[in-house]
Amino acid sequence: MNATSIGLKQVVKRYGDVEVIHGIDLDIEPGEFTVFVGPSGCGKSTLLRMIAGLEPISGGSLLIDEQRMNDVPASKRGIAMVFQSYALYPHMSVYQNLAFGLETARFPKAEIEQRVQRAAGILRIEPLLKRKPRQLSGGQRQRVAIGRAIVREPRIFLFDEPLSNLDAELRVQMRVEIAKLHHDLGNTMIYVTHDQVEAMTMADKIVVLNSGVIEQVGAPLDLYNNPHNRFVAGFLGSPKMNFVEGTVASLDGAAPTVNVGGTMVALRRPLPGFGIGDKVTFGARPEHMGLTEDAGTRFADVRVDLVEQLGDTSMLYASTAGGQPLTIALEGQRQIAVGSTVTTYIDPARYHVFGADGTAIR
Amino acid sequence: MTARSIGADAAPYGRAVVPSVWSRLWSANGPGYLFLLPWFIGFFGLTVGPIVTSFYLSFTNFDLLTPAEWVGFDNYARMFTADPKFAQSMRVTLLFVVFSVPLKLAFALSIALLLNRGMRGLPIYRAIFYLPSLLGASVAIAVLWRQLFAGDGVVNDFLAIFGIQGPSWISNPRTSLWTLIALAVWQFGSPMIIFLAGLRQIPVDLYEAASLDGASKWRIFWKVTLPLLTPVVFFNAIIQTIEGFKSFTPAFIISGGTGNPVNSTLFYTLYLYQEAFAFFRMGYASALAWVLLAIVAIFTGVSFLTSRYWVHYDD
Repeated sequence: MNATSIGLKQVVKRYGDVEVIHGIDLDIEPGEFTVFVGPSGCGKSTLLRMIAGLEPISGGSLLIDEQRMNDVPASKRGIAMVFQSYALYPHMSVYQNLAFGLETARFPKAEIEQRVQRAAGILRIEPLLKRKPRQLSGGQRQRVAIGRAIVREPRIFLFDEPLSNLDAELRVQMRVEIAKLHHDLGNTMIYVTHDQVEAMTMADKIVVLNSGVIEQVGAPLDLYNNPHNRFVAGFLGSPKMNFVEGTVASLDGAAPTVNVGGTMVALRRPLPGFGIGDKVTFGARPEHMGLTEDAGTRFADVRVDLVEQLGDTSMLYASTAGGQPLTIALEGQRQIAVGSTVTTYIDPARYHVFGADGTAIR
Repeated sequence: MTARSIGADAAPYGRAVVPSVWSRLWSANGPGYLFLLPWFIGFFGLTVGPIVTSFYLSFTNFDLLTPAEWVGFDNYARMFTADPKFAQSMRVTLLFVVFSVPLKLAFALSIALLLNRGMRGLPIYRAIFYLPSLLGASVAIAVLWRQLFAGDGVVNDFLAIFGIQGPSWISNPRTSLWTLIALAVWQFGSPMIIFLAGLRQIPVDLYEAASLDGASKWRIFWKVTLPLLTPVVFFNAIIQTIEGFKSFTPAFIISGGTGNPVNSTLFYTLYLYQEAFAFFRMGYASALAWVLLAIVAIFTGVSFLTSRYWVHYDD
């Protein structure tokens, strides 16, 4: 195992006068599988490319094993990268693609052969070595792209949305294979995706990015259970968290009440710094809501707009009296008439409250 | 009702009026053909007609004034057995093609690589470099070239600054062809634009992957850029070779239509022109034209056959 730590200290990226990465601080432990996740344009790929050495760093420091790497060429950083497009050389065979980097580094032929065969064995692509990339399926191309990274035996693997060109079934399969690869090799890996399911299932550590800043860093379940703000709460989880606006109705010590569309909801936590009439946002995941009292605290009466039957789950799409949309995930196959009004309940231990600036109130 | 009367009644159905092929064609596509008529007239009158006529004339003696006289393969036989100027013109043309085409393509690719680096003012540079291609085949540029490379021309004036006494480039049989090759290379704009378009098609990811592998710019050029550019190289090579074989105006202007000095600029097309319009040997000139067509066709065919070994297509 050749695990390596990575540190980002106040890292900034500017294109001319436009700053797109605003002072990122991050520590990645040796052998950690870290996922950068966020919406399109949040800067996750730019950050990855800066670590790879494909984009110059405008400010701050990139440390690899505590050594400053800002000015070290990409090829000297001990990094291998798997691109979204696979970036396979179309005129070379699979073998030549795998061997290119080693030939460039003037490895002896015998070692090149041995490394290529080893990588091909790990990824089960031995029968494909003589083929050209155009003769491969999407999944096979992806394996070759990963193989090209493996043969170099790098300190760090970088993946830039490597599964986004694959169909749903293959994505799941490759997701498992990459996770297994990490387990087997033990290298430090950084994986960029906009797919929160990939982030939740693969990561040791998730870094949620938005508009060039880190919104939150943590283990997947930590982010799921304790989002620091409304952005993280909404980004992680599928279907996404419900947000319902309300106003503070009373501040009775440890049990204030909030008016949600005419229904008074009693909170089980204080609202420090809030006054009567202040706006708050409730956040409740669809799987933490229900239509019976045993689901928790009475929340709001809603009108059913649509029911989706997923077999093991029924997805209820509804709206409050104020027109705010709600999604509720109910276990089993539930028959509920569209247009009917139902009362919703939320799990008091699992809802979230956000202030006007989107910060979670704990 | 009798059987006869039934047959008589049925007859009109059996002979129902069927529109003719021509009227059906006209009703469906008539207006389209009408609009195409000018093109058809041009195609058959100015292209197919002259091609067929020249093929026929290549087997005759014809001086425009007296009727054509059928001579069979005599014109072709004479070319290869009794005409030293044919051999000379072929030699000059092949030399011109062999040197001008690779040099022009290398120059065009070099400039395209420079322009592909995303420099500021790229459209202006592109237009400036393309300009010679627009002007290059014109009479005016050939005249200018003649002035540049004359004994008292600008090139020798420039060399004189360094104390070098240059020859009269276009009057010297050892250098005259090279002035024409230089003129051809100077017209690199057209292949350059095509190379530039080809370079833009190469995914940036491939360069990034190569740079992560530590490949030098030189290695990236030979191992990534050039192989992926081979379809464009192939296209440019074919087009420029055909252009090279067809080259006429510069040699005509610079040598005053003679191909001199000592037939050193006697391009094949210039010799063909002399035979046709100076000596009025239309039959022989037609035979020359068909041999040129055959040579170009053979070259192109061989190029296509060998392309599978060195041209890399993505799919």
